Amino acid sequence: MLKIIVCIKQVPETDKVRLDPETHTLIREGVQAIINPFDLYALEAGLRLKEAQGGQVTLLTMGPPQAEAALREALGYGADEARLLSDRAFAGADTWATALTLAQAVRKLGGADLIFTGKQAIDGDTAQVGPMLATILGIPYVAWARKLTWAGDGVLEVERLLDHGYDALRVRLPAVVSVVKEINEPRVPSFKAKMQAKKAVIPTWTLADLELDPHEVGLAGSFTQVVRVFPPPARGESEIWRGDPQELAARLWARLKELGRR
Amino acid sequence: MDYLLTEEQQMLQDLARRIAYEKIKPARARLDEAEEFPWEILKDLAQADLAGTIIPEQYGGLGMGAFENVLLLEALSEGCVGVAVSFAASFLGAYPIMLYGSEEQKQTYLPGIAQGNTLAAFALTEAQAGSDASAIATTAAKDGDAYVLNGTKQWITNAGVADVNVIIALTDKAKGPRGASAFIVHKDDPGVSFGKKERKMGIRASVTREIILEEVRIPKDRLIGREGQGFIITMKTLDLARPGAGAMAIGLAQSALDEAASFAKERHQFGQPIFAIQAVQHMLADMAVRVEASRALVYAVARYIDTDPKDFSKEAAMSKVFATDMAMQVAIDAVQVMGGHGYMRDYPVEKMMRDAKILQIFEGTNQIMRNIIGLALSKEYTKKK
Amino acid sequence: MSLIFSADKCTLCGACVDACPFGVLSLEGERLSIGEGCTLCGACVEVCEAEALALPEAEGPSPRPGVPLGGIWVFAEQRQGRLAPVALELLGEARRLAAELSVPVAAVLLGDRVAHLAPELFRAGADKVYLAEHPALAEFVEGPYAAALTEIAARFGPEILLAGATYVGRAFIPQVAAGLRTGLTADCTAFALDPERRLLLQTRPAFGGNIMATIITPRTYPQMATARPGVFKRLADPCPGEGEVVRVELGSLTAAGPCTFVGTVEEIRERLPLAEAEVIVAGGRGLKEAKHFRMLEDLAELLGGAVGATRAAVDAGWIPYAHQIGQTGKTVAPKLYIAVGISGAIQHLAGIQSSDFIVAINKDPEAPIFKVADIGLVGDLFEIVPALIAAIRRERE
Repeated sequence: MLKIIVCIKQVPETDKVRLDPETHTLIREGVQAIINPFDLYALEAGLRLKEAQGGQVTLLTMGPPQAEAALREALGYGADEARLLSDRAFAGADTWATALTLAQAVRKLGGADLIFTGKQAIDGDTAQVGPMLATILGIPYVAWARKLTWAGDGVLEVERLLDHGYDALRVRLPAVVSVVKEINEPRVPSFKAKMQAKKAVIPTWTLADLELDPHEVGLAGSFTQVVRVFPPPARGESEIWRGDPQELAARLWARLKELGRR
Repeated sequence: MDYLLTEEQQMLQDLARRIAYEKIKPARARLDEAEEFPWEILKDLAQADLAGTIIPEQYGGLGMGAFENVLLLEALSEGCVGVAVSFAASFLGAYPIMLYGSEEQKQTYLPGIAQGNTLAAFALTEAQAGSDASAIATTAAKDGDAYVLNGTKQWITNAGVADVNVIIALTDKAKGPRGASAFIVHKDDPGVSFGKKERKMGIRASVTREIILEEVRIPKDRLIGREGQGFIITMKTLDLARPGAGAMAIGLAQSALDEAASFAKERHQFGQPIFAIQAVQHMLADMAVRVEASRALVYAVARYIDTDPKDFSKEAAMSKVFATDMAMQVAIDAVQVMGGHGYMRDYPVEKMMRDAKILQIFEGTNQIMRNIIGLALSKEYTKKK
Repeated sequence: MSLIFSADKCTLCGACVDACPFGVLSLEGERLSIGEGCTLCGACVEVCEAEALALPEAEGPSPRPGVPLGGIWVFAEQRQGRLAPVALELLGEARRLAAELSVPVAAVLLGDRVAHLAPELFRAGADKVYLAEHPALAEFVEGPYAAALTEIAARFGPEILLAGATYVGRAFIPQVAAGLRTGLTADCTAFALDPERRLLLQTRPAFGGNIMATIITPRTYPQMATARPGVFKRLADPCPGEGEVVRVELGSLTAAGPCTFVGTVEEIRERLPLAEAEVIVAGGRGLKEAKHFRMLEDLAELLGGAVGATRAAVDAGWIPYAHQIGQTGKTVAPKLYIAVGISGAIQHLAGIQSSDFIVAINKDPEAPIFKVADIGLVGDLFEIVPALIAAIRRERE
């Protein structure tokens, strides 16, 4: 029976997070907390592997207490159980401190055959926690999988996206695998699973439960530190041209040449 | 408006809406153009457990009632009525078995329907028997331990894709309507064949065909209920289905209103969004009133049905006739608000207008609905005298 | 650990409430309330003019060690004997940074029979090339690449280590950082130095490019970052093609690890890979049909560029996913980006904001793309684009 862990993250819906052009402050009206959309592909990959090979899917997330809602929602897709890693001490964690905390939880769960992550989280876009988690656990990492084939005997064949195209790899489990969107079409949640998820008990593991030192986690355990947050540099004023298409085209070509773009 | 849904009903509605917006909406134009059956979406609905919404829990369903059915069909129809019809037609085939089937029949058929592995259909209409259902000519002759069916059913939704078909046939011609019975016929029973796929004005994602029965010999335990119960079964089934048709009408109309109103906000004429033009705004206001009034009626009727009244033919007919006439009007108005854009296939309202028409025709035309309501009124006022 | 709030300094102006990306701050009566869910991102501290908010000082797990002497390193990504352009761009950036710190620049070259690439790295700005050749490094696999780079860095001690934020870099560089127990900043678009503390100031977009963050690695070495391809500039004047090649023997590498390369199953065929293109002509929903991309291909060819697309165009099946630009596709940074029939959904803008110059052609004057465009042409793309193609052809004949 395969032990599958899917790491998910609760994120603000970033297409709604933007800066007020006048005041340069963040507008977060109507911004909802959602499951990182890329993680749904990881969850689907985990569920399909479980359905094909038999096994158990455990969800893992680190976040504030309200991140439990993301776990509960993810249970509605058919995952078996979930753990929330939450403690004031975890706040401000960078990718390293996050990976370290997750790694400790994986150990406490008794390890896993496969750990799936999404491609990246849409708020931070770092794609770093998965590979760091693999290194801390001392197991292989395969990035950007678009196809998984069970080769039997604890071996998985992975087709993955790189800059030049797609490569095939063979990896002996246990391993951490990040998946891209092409890998599958995530299912819709099921009503019965959602009803169960509503009642599900989701254990919260704190710093003490994970037997970690406060200096190892959160901001204190982070190797990186944010020193400044600011709006992206504003571009020059836009020029808006209207008029006869022929004239517009000629004018544009003249400008492009002038700019030396070509 | 807040219709005071329970948490469970809210969850059902959210889930159905999600499928409507994430799965159905992106596919509807393609399904309509290609006249393609929505297998993928039915799979999604099954995966979501929604194929079992009205099937009792002991047969693997969610055991929900008429009101939840209405919430579900309304939400799906915000995406596409063609898809909603394909989905709901299976319930139409399931009701006779749920209401009158033997325990064995229920155990044989309902779990498959609930899981979405089995699609069902209901077949009453024939070439000479439309609104006049008593004119059916399909026969079922008893022959030892079997019945032998002969005849042709016309315009049957899901015919050819449904594994299980409930067929209304005469077991005793002499008795007229009282001589009709309901049978379960499998898609692959020898002697069953299907006519060509009909080319329809709207709901093109759904499949409509003839079911041709030639010396179809089925075991006698495929009879639903008793001989002679065919029309009672039909009436009960249609009574239960009619608020569903009303719900589809609300979903379609709401969607048409959404399209028209958003368009009116963006479209500028005479230096202002057309929403600000009173002639347009009043149309939108009337559309909104009609949709909400229909929703209130359909919801009220469905909730009434869930109190298990003895007879609800009149109320069911009211919900169907009012909501579907409304949907037709709102769809026409949505096209009008959007003008030339509304007439183009680039926008979804022309499809909604085509889809809306069938709602006034199927599951009993709206003229038949008025007959039913009129007859009930006549009885009520006779009693009162 | 939580946000430090000095109520006596707070003027209740509410700027921090607006600035919080997570919505955990609120004004309750006469006091600022800090709810659950604070990630200590610092967005509020930045906007607080009264200096009433501060981030807690982190006490490090280890004191900052002495500065390593290895200088600034760049991972010289190559595939089948061809260097990734981003490696050369980063060598240019490394040179500029190295001049400020008075340290050497080195490139790390991993592969099988790749020694011939060293001169190109010297010309691009490297003083030294660390070279590890091994059959296990012939094709990219995370494990061997991470092991090799970790070992070389541990042995020779870079102060700063940069790599391209390519699929390859983003796959294994985090493993190197974890292996070296140091910090890593992903996908940077600007670097600067705090010369006093010898800190690399790493700036990157977050929240899909809606805010920028500057990040430091204050306590550990090397200071590591991946950098967005196409953003940094190569040296204008190449250096002499000479320098020291340090061959590194890696005892730890074997070909039979738990993860092995099987083969390349598909090459993405494009006239020019999007990520590398200096000119991109991209189409959106406004193109209406697949066949109209032909027109964009013609224009791209005339301008020596590549064709991109929005998610809407890809979802409609008009063009393959490989061409998708934006939040869920590729991030591009061309010198010229021509957006044709693209309304400018925020997800798409996230992928193009590093472009030097943006031209938008759209018939809807309210389209958000015009807000980011340097030049916006309001009109019918089906008239303007053919006219532009004709104008260029006329002149070239």
